[in-house]
Amino acid sequence: MTTVERIPAEKMKIEGLTGDAAIAHALKQADVDVLAAYPITPQTIIVEDFEKFYANGEVKTKVIPVESEHSAMSACVGASATGARVATATASAGLALMWEILYCAASMRMPIVLTVANRALSAPINIHNDWSDSYGARDSGFIQLYCQNSQEAYDTTLMAFKLAEDHRVLLPVMVCIDGFILSHNVERVEMLPDDAVKKFLGVREPVQPLDPKNPITMGPLALTDYYFEFKEQQDRAIHAAPEVFKEVEEAFKKMTGRSYGMVEDYKTEDAEIIILTHSTPAGTAKVVADTLREQGEKVGVLRLKMFRPFPVKEVVEKVKHAKAVIVFEKCLSFGATCNPLALELRAALYNLDERPMVTDFVIGLGGRDVPPTTIVEGYNKTKEYLAKGEAPLYETLGVRK
Amino acid sequence: MNEKFNEIPMAGNIIKPGNALEYKTGGWRAERPVHNDETCLWIKNGTCGLCWIFCPDDAIRLIEKDGKYSYEYDYDYCKGCGICANQCPTSSIKMESE
Repeated sequence: MTTVERIPAEKMKIEGLTGDAAIAHALKQADVDVLAAYPITPQTIIVEDFEKFYANGEVKTKVIPVESEHSAMSACVGASATGARVATATASAGLALMWEILYCAASMRMPIVLTVANRALSAPINIHNDWSDSYGARDSGFIQLYCQNSQEAYDTTLMAFKLAEDHRVLLPVMVCIDGFILSHNVERVEMLPDDAVKKFLGVREPVQPLDPKNPITMGPLALTDYYFEFKEQQDRAIHAAPEVFKEVEEAFKKMTGRSYGMVEDYKTEDAEIIILTHSTPAGTAKVVADTLREQGEKVGVLRLKMFRPFPVKEVVEKVKHAKAVIVFEKCLSFGATCNPLALELRAALYNLDERPMVTDFVIGLGGRDVPPTTIVEGYNKTKEYLAKGEAPLYETLGVRK
Repeated sequence: MNEKFNEIPMAGNIIKPGNALEYKTGGWRAERPVHNDETCLWIKNGTCGLCWIFCPDDAIRLIEKDGKYSYEYDYDYCKGCGICANQCPTSSIKMESE
C-alpha cells in the first residue's frame, strides 16, 4: 500500500460543488487516460465539467464522445485493456443500454470507474431519482458504492480507482449518487491537492495489457469446459474487494481524516429498531433518528455504502441484536419476494437462530420526495408490526393508494 | 483440460499465440466422413481437391504416398461438419454416425 501522509488543512481546496461536479473534479485529479461517455441526465454535469477541464488543457485525457452508451462502455473496455486508467458516467436508460458490456467489463477484469447518477427507468420517462438502474445491474460483476453527499462522491471516486486497479480485485467499480438530490445540489467539498492524489493513486500497473510486443487475446470463447472456471476466478475477485477497500480507506483516512466503511453505523449500539438504507435517504433517516431519540425511542441508522459485494458480516453484526430492521429502498423488484436491499438483508440474517423482524418499504420511486414523515411512517408501522408479531414482506410508502 | 480455476490465465486471456492447436475440437464430432476410393477424383487422377479446399479445420489432407494419390483425415480437429461431403462432386464422401 502506498505510504501517504496527512495533508494539512491549508493545502486543501474548498469549493461549493454539486455531486456531479465533485465527481468531475475527482476524475480530473485521478489523471484519467481515457473517458468515453454519452450524455444523459442527471449525469450530464460530470462529463460537461470534465470536457471543460479538457478544453482548458487541465487534463491530458483522451475524451471520446461516442454515439451511445453501449459504445461508451465498449470504448472503455478497449482502452482499459491497453492498461489505461479509464472512467465513464451514465444513468438510467444509459446504464440499461450499457448492459451487455457491463458484464464484459467485469468478466474481462477491467478496472473501469463508472459513475452513476441514479435515475428511474422508463416508462413513463422520468429523469428523477430512484435506484432501479444500478440495482438492476447488481449481478453484472461491478463493485457498487453508494454516496450520501458531495464530499463522499469526491472521496469515493478517488478511492474507486485504487480499489478497482488493485491486483487482488481488478474489477470495475460503480460509484452511485442520487440523481438531482445529490447530483445537482451544491455542498461544501474539500479537495486534495493534485500531487497528493497523484501520490495516493499512482499510475495504474496493468497485469496483462494489450501490447503489440507481447500479443495476447482477450475475451475469447470459453465453453462448457472452461467458462465455469473463469466465473470462479471472478467470484473470488469480488470477494477480495472488502479487504482491499478497508486498506484503501485506511490510506485515504491518513491523508484526509475521512473514511466511511462498507457500512456507516449511526447510533445503532443500543438501538431496538435500526433503519437500513443508503444514499440520500440515509441523511434524512439520521435526522429522523435524532428526533425520535429525543422522544425516547431507541432507534439507529445503518447506512450501507457497499452494496456489491454485500458486506454480510458487517451488516449482520450491527443489526443482529435489534428487534426490527426497517429497510427503505428506492426500487421495486417486480414479482420478487421483496425488493433488492431487503432480499440481501433477509438472506444474510437467515442463519441466525434469533432474527430481528425485517420490514421493507419501497419509497421515492421516480424522484417522489422522501420527507422525514415518510421515514417516521415506516417507523410507526414497524412498531405496530412488532406488537402484532408479523409484518408484510414489503409495502410501498408515499404513493397515493 | 483438467486445470483448476487458479491454474488458467485470468479472464480467459490467451497469453500464448496459436494455442488453438492445443484445443482438440474432434470431440465435437457426431458424424465422421468416410471416403470412397473408387470414385474420388483425387485418388483417380490427382484432380478436384474440393474437400481439402473447403475443410474449415484443415482436417483433410490430400497427399502422395509411394507414388500414388492418397488422403488422410485428422480426427483431432475434424468436427464432422460435413462440408467435405457436401462439396464432393462425385459423392465420394459419406457422413457416418460415430
